[in-house]
Formats: sequence, structure tokens, C-alpha cells
Amino acid sequence: MTNKEALLKYVLRLGDNALVLAQRLIELVAHGPELEEELANANFALDYLGQARMYYSYAGELEGNGRTEDDFAFLRPEREFCNVQLVELPNGHFGDVIVRSFLFDAFYLLQLESVEQCGDQRLAEIAARAVREIRYHQRYQSQWLIRLGDGTEESHRRIQTSIDDVWRYTGEMFAGDEVDVKFHAHYGGPDLDQLQTKWRAEIEAIVNVATIRLPVDAWMAEGGKKGIHTEHFGSLIAEMQTMQRSYAGLSW
Amino acid sequence: MAQQIWAWLDEVPDPEIPVVSVIDLGMVRNVTVDKDGIVVAVSPTYSGCPATEVIEKSIVSHLQAKVAGSVSVARTLSPAWSTDWITAKGREKLLAYGIAPPVGAASKRALLGKSAIACPRCRSEQTTLISEFGSTACKASYKCKKCLEPFEYFKCI
Repeated sequence: MTNKEALLKYVLRLGDNALVLAQRLIELVAHGPELEEELANANFALDYLGQARMYYSYAGELEGNGRTEDDFAFLRPEREFCNVQLVELPNGHFGDVIVRSFLFDAFYLLQLESVEQCGDQRLAEIAARAVREIRYHQRYQSQWLIRLGDGTEESHRRIQTSIDDVWRYTGEMFAGDEVDVKFHAHYGGPDLDQLQTKWRAEIEAIVNVATIRLPVDAWMAEGGKKGIHTEHFGSLIAEMQTMQRSYAGLSW
Repeated sequence: MAQQIWAWLDEVPDPEIPVVSVIDLGMVRNVTVDKDGIVVAVSPTYSGCPATEVIEKSIVSHLQAKVAGSVSVARTLSPAWSTDWITAKGREKLLAYGIAPPVGAASKRALLGKSAIACPRCRSEQTTLISEFGSTACKASYKCKKCLEPFEYFKCI
């Protein structure tokens, strides 16, 4: 793998994480627990979608085969998506949504703060735009985590279960492979070990205020970055791609 | 010529908050005029802002109505747009329209800290956050505890 191929893969992973989480959050539209929370999550989805478009457009240029942002989103099969499994997990209840976003955004924010400084100017510019948006998300997720954790007996119990259930999907974000190694070595991208230490410290600080506890590290699921997904992913992209698959070349 | 173009751009409204122009919002970064035509460098606000494409089209059609020759828009990502770029005139217009303008600088500290948001109607700082988001991605919803009016706040980002 050349350095440029690693950069392309890295950009696609960023795009896939953003797009898939956007798609999950869009599912909440008209199904949110309250109008305000529905608005918030719809707006988060919009931010991720906008970011995904920038990553995909850049990936198309890097690849140089004329693929557009829409080709990446709507015409790739499941195995070519390289998002982490965490972002494709079903929404569950509102606490599950908050925990998934909280754990992912804490990682994504640190990732962007590093990518913003990286040696590839175009990607650094996209990250600089995105980082401000994710900071705003992170504040919201943290407030809800605290409210639910330090809330009633039932909300405490349920949010603790949410974090216990999803924990096994967090390891993949920090499990580096050749793409991460090359992006770090050649473009000054994040060192994943350092990132994990920081991530842990930051989420631990909030989790402590929320009076819940971090689960014990055990077996961690992996594979998303290589295109191996959970069983939930197939129906997610089937729904997302249905119009393009049914009416090839459809445009608004 | 360039100065005239800047003045024309000040007539192009934001489609979602028509009281402010693209100049007021600080979205126009540069204007270049040469024999090939006019290029307006525009910095998008939010990554997913649905208004971005409408704004770019309005800029082109507005200028095309004024001058002959080619007009195009170039998107610039760097430096990233921030609410710090909203002009003083833009802030006054927002306030007069009933939207509280962003408070403080968009540094990490200001974003995560708590600043008092004054009610755009009665100026009281006794206000409370209702929702982190409002009718658009760039606004939050607040309520004034003194005059009891709900209002929107242009988020500092």
C-alpha cells in the first residue's frame, strides 16, 4: 500500500463513519422522545452528512476514477464500507443513542483535533471545519449522559446497561492497521495509543459525574474497518441505497 | 470594480435569515476580477448547512444580473468559518430581528463555558436555554425569564 492509497482509505473511513452515523440518527426523525431532542439529533445528522460529503468528494479526487460523493454513498456494496461497527449499531432507546454518540464523538473529536494538524492540507481543512461542530455535539452528549446517569434509579440502571452493552464495540476505534500506521507516519495523523489514553481520561471524567462506571475491558469486536459488519448493517444500507438501486441514475 | 461587487454581494440575503446578507455573515472571503470574469470565494458555515448551495446560486444570479461575463463561486474551507466573522452590522441586524447574536469568541473555552445570553427584546440577562437547537442548525432556543418571551440565539461556534 502506498502512502497515497493509505490516505484515500483513511479519508473513506472518516466518510463512512460520518455517513453511517448520520443515517442512524436520521431514523430518529419523527421518532424522537421529545421535539427538542429530535431536533438536536436531526441537526447532528446534518453535520455528519455534510462532513461525509466533503470526505467523499475528496476521496473521489484522490482516487482519480471520476467517482462522486453519491457513488461512494449509494453504489458501494456492504463489504466496501469501512466504518467502525459502533456507528452502525441500532438506535435502541434514547439512552443507547446518547451512549453510542458520546463514545464515538469523544473519539472523533480527538481524531479531528489531530487530523486538523496533519500534513495533508485538504484533509486538515475539512477537519478544521468539522471539529467545531463535533465539540458542540460532545457538550450535548455529556449533559445527557450526566442527566440520565445521575437521574432516577431507572435511568441510572438503563444507561449503565447501555454503556455495558456497547463497550465491546469501542476497541475497534483504537485498533490500528496499516492504514493508521501509514497515515500516522507519513501524514502526521493520530497516534492511536495516545488517542486511547486521552479518550479514556475524557470519558471517565464525565462518566464519574454521571455516577456510572466504565465497563471492564474484555473481548472487543473488530472488522468494520476491513468491511466486515454486524448483521444490522445490511438493512441500514439497503434502506439508504434503495432509490439508487431501484432507479439507477435517479437524481432530484 | 471589486468594491462595487462587494456592495452588490451585500444585497444577497441568507435564505434562512433574510435580514442578514452573505457579507454580514462573513461568508465572502475574497473577490477576484480578471479578464475571465468574477470569482467569489465563499466559506461555507456549517458542513451540512442546506442553505450553502442556495447561497452560491443566489450570488451567481445576483451578480450576473449586474454585469456581463462569467461569474463563479469557489468554496474555501480554510480558515474555517466561525461566528466570530459575523460583522458588527450583522450582529445589530440579528438583534433587531429578534435573534440574539453569538456571545464571546468561538474559542473552545467560550463554547464549553457558560456565558449570559441577553434577551433581544428586553435585554435582560435572566434567560434560560430551552433547546440546544432551534429552527436551523445555527441557532439554539432560549426563553427570557423577565419578559417571558421565547427567542432564538445564534450559536457561537
